[in-house]
Amino acid sequence: MSDPLITPDLVALDLATTDRETATRALVDLLAAAGRVTDAEGFLADVKAREAQMATGMPGQVGLPHARSEHVTVPSLAVGRIAGDGADWGGPDGPATLVFLIAAPAGGDADHLKILAALARRIIRPAFRESLREAPDAASVADIVTREVVVS
Amino acid sequence: MKFVAVTSCPTGIAHTYMAAEALEQAGADAGHEVTVETQGSIGTDPLDPQLIADADGVIFAADLEVKDKARFAGKPFVDVGVKAAVHDAPTVIAQAVAAVEAGPVAGGAGTVAGPGQPLTTGPATPAPRQVGVGARIRQYLMTGVSHMLPFVSAGGILIAIGFLISTVAWKTNGAIEVTKVVDGNDPTAFLDWITHSFSWVSGQDWAVLLFWIGKWAFAFLVPALSGYIAYGIADRPGIAPGFVGGFAAVLVGAGFLGGILTGFLAGFTALWISRWKVPKGVRGIMPVVVIPLLSVGVVGVVTTLIIGPPMRWINDGLTDWLNSLNGGSAILLGAVLGLMMCFDLGGPVNKVAYVFATTGLVNATSNADGPAKIMTAVMVAGMVPPLAIALSTVMRRHLWTPQERDAGKSCWLLGASFISEGAIPFAAADPLRMIPSFMAGGAVAGALSMAFGSGQLAPHGGIWVIALIGKPLLFLVALAAGTVVSAVVLTALKTVRERRFETQDDTPVDAPAAPAATAAA
Repeated sequence: MSDPLITPDLVALDLATTDRETATRALVDLLAAAGRVTDAEGFLADVKAREAQMATGMPGQVGLPHARSEHVTVPSLAVGRIAGDGADWGGPDGPATLVFLIAAPAGGDADHLKILAALARRIIRPAFRESLREAPDAASVADIVTREVVVS
Repeated sequence: MKFVAVTSCPTGIAHTYMAAEALEQAGADAGHEVTVETQGSIGTDPLDPQLIADADGVIFAADLEVKDKARFAGKPFVDVGVKAAVHDAPTVIAQAVAAVEAGPVAGGAGTVAGPGQPLTTGPATPAPRQVGVGARIRQYLMTGVSHMLPFVSAGGILIAIGFLISTVAWKTNGAIEVTKVVDGNDPTAFLDWITHSFSWVSGQDWAVLLFWIGKWAFAFLVPALSGYIAYGIADRPGIAPGFVGGFAAVLVGAGFLGGILTGFLAGFTALWISRWKVPKGVRGIMPVVVIPLLSVGVVGVVTTLIIGPPMRWINDGLTDWLNSLNGGSAILLGAVLGLMMCFDLGGPVNKVAYVFATTGLVNATSNADGPAKIMTAVMVAGMVPPLAIALSTVMRRHLWTPQERDAGKSCWLLGASFISEGAIPFAAADPLRMIPSFMAGGAVAGALSMAFGSGQLAPHGGIWVIALIGKPLLFLVALAAGTVVSAVVLTALKTVRERRFETQDDTPVDAPAAPAATAAA
C-alpha cells in the first residue's frame, strides 16, 4: 500500500470533551488536514448517519465511529484519546475514552476492508486497548496500530 | 462443545469481526470450540461442511439474513443479533450451551422464518431475540431443569427399586417397613446401622440402603434446579447463591416453585454484583470473595426472611381450611386434596395435603375408616402427574423432545411408586401448562377415590402397597381416570403451543449439510 493506514498526525492524545460530536469532528479535522478527507462536513454527515443506525460504543469504553464515504480518498484510521470521563458513545460500560474513526473510500476494495476487519478484531482485546491508553505519544500509538493490525 | 457461528452487521465493517473475535475468545475461555463465519462486506469465507456436521450447536449473531441457512438445519441454535455477541459474548455462549443441553429441536436452525415471525418455538428452542423476556425465562428454566433431571431419575428409580425389593424381602407391608428401619437423614443412626446391622446378603438391608441413596439424590433436586437456573442467568457466579438459595427454599418448605424463585433471585443478584464497577485492587477478589459472599448472603437472607414466613401462613391457613372441609362432602374434600397434591409436587401446598392425611391416620384402625380414605385420595392424586407425563409421551410422541421421552419412560415407574417428584422437571420447564393439567387429573383421581371409598393405613408406597388398600380395583380405576384426564389436558395444552411444528417433527437431527455454495457472495 502506498499510504499507511495511520500516521502520528492522525492521533489526538488529549481530547478535552464529553460530547460525541465534538470528538468525532476533531478526528475528522485531522483526516481533512492530512488530505485524506476532501469534505470534512460531508464525511462528518456520513459518519453521523452510520452512528444513527446503531451506536458504535463498544465494551471497554471504546467508540468506533466508521463510514464508507465518497469524501474519503485514502483508507484511514484516526485515533483519539479523550481526557477525563470520556464522551458518551452509547457503549455498555460507560463513556468512551478511546475513539477510533475509520474512514473508507466509497469504492474501497477488499484489501482495505480486510485491514479494517483486523482492527475490529484487535479492538475487542483488552491488552490492545490498554497499550493504546498507556502509549506515551502519538508516534507510539500509530506504531502499535500499524504493528497489531495485520491483514490475515 | 463445538459451535459454529455466523456474524454479520448492516455495514459489514466492524461489528461483524468484533462479534467473531468476541465469540471465539469467550468460547475458548469457557472451554468450547467456536468457529465463526463472518458474512461481511469483504465477502464470506464459508464454513467447512464437516465443521457444521460436527458442531453441537449454532450461534447466529447476525443482523442480516443468514446466507445459506439450510446448512444448519436441525441443529440447536441461538439467534442473538450482532450487538449481543459484541457486548456480552460469554452470555451468548452460555445461552448456546443451554440450547444444546436442552436437546435437538423440531425444525431447528435451518427453519426459514417469515418476516416478523419467530424462527421456532419448539419445547427446547432458545429465544429468537424478537421474542424477548418470556423466551429468555424459559431458557433459564431449561438450563435448571436439564441439570436437575439426573438427580430425579437416579433418585426416583433407586427409591422405586428399594420399594420393589422390599415387597419381596418382607413377607408383608414391605414398602412400609423399608422406610422404618433407619433414618437416612440422621448421620449417627445411619452410620450405626451400616456398621452394626447391615448384612451383604440381606434383601431387606439392600432395599433400605437403595431407598435412602435415592432419597439423598432427591435432596439435591431443588438446589440443583435453583443453582443451574442461576447459572443460566449469571454463569459461574450464579452457582453458589443458586444452590444455597435452593437449599434454603427446601428448608423453609417452599418446594420446587420456591427453588425456581431462588434460582432467579440468585442469578440476577450475582449478575448485578458482577457488573459493579470496582477499583482495580478489588477486581481480583470479586469472583472468589466479593460476589459469592454478597450473593449468597443476600439470597440466604431473602429466602429465609421473605419467602419463609408466607410458607408458614400457607401451611397454617390451608390446614385450617382442610379441617373445616373435613366432615362435609367427601368427594369435594377428595377433589381439593387432589388439587393440592398436584399443585406444587412436594412444595408447601402439597405438603399440607400430605401431612393432613398422614396425621389423620392415627385415628384410623381399618382401611374402611374416614382418615384411611383421605390417605388413599391423597396418594392416588400424587401418583397422577408422573403417570400423565408418561402417558402423554406415548400418546403424542412428537410433542416431546427425545430427552423428555426418555424421562417419560421412567415416569411410569415413579408414578406407580407415588414419587410425584418425577414430574417436577416437566412442571419446572413449563409450569403454566403442566401444573393445571396435573391438578385436573389429581382432582378427578382424588374425588373418585373418595366416592369409591378406597382406603389405606399405609402412608406411602404407591402400587407396592396395593395389597393393603381397600377396594383395590376401584383404586386403580380412580388412578387410571385421573391419569387419562391429566394426560389429555396436558397433551391438548401442549398441542396448542406446538401446533405449527407437527409437520416438521421428523426433521432429522443431523440432516446432511447442504453444500456450502455461494462462496464470497
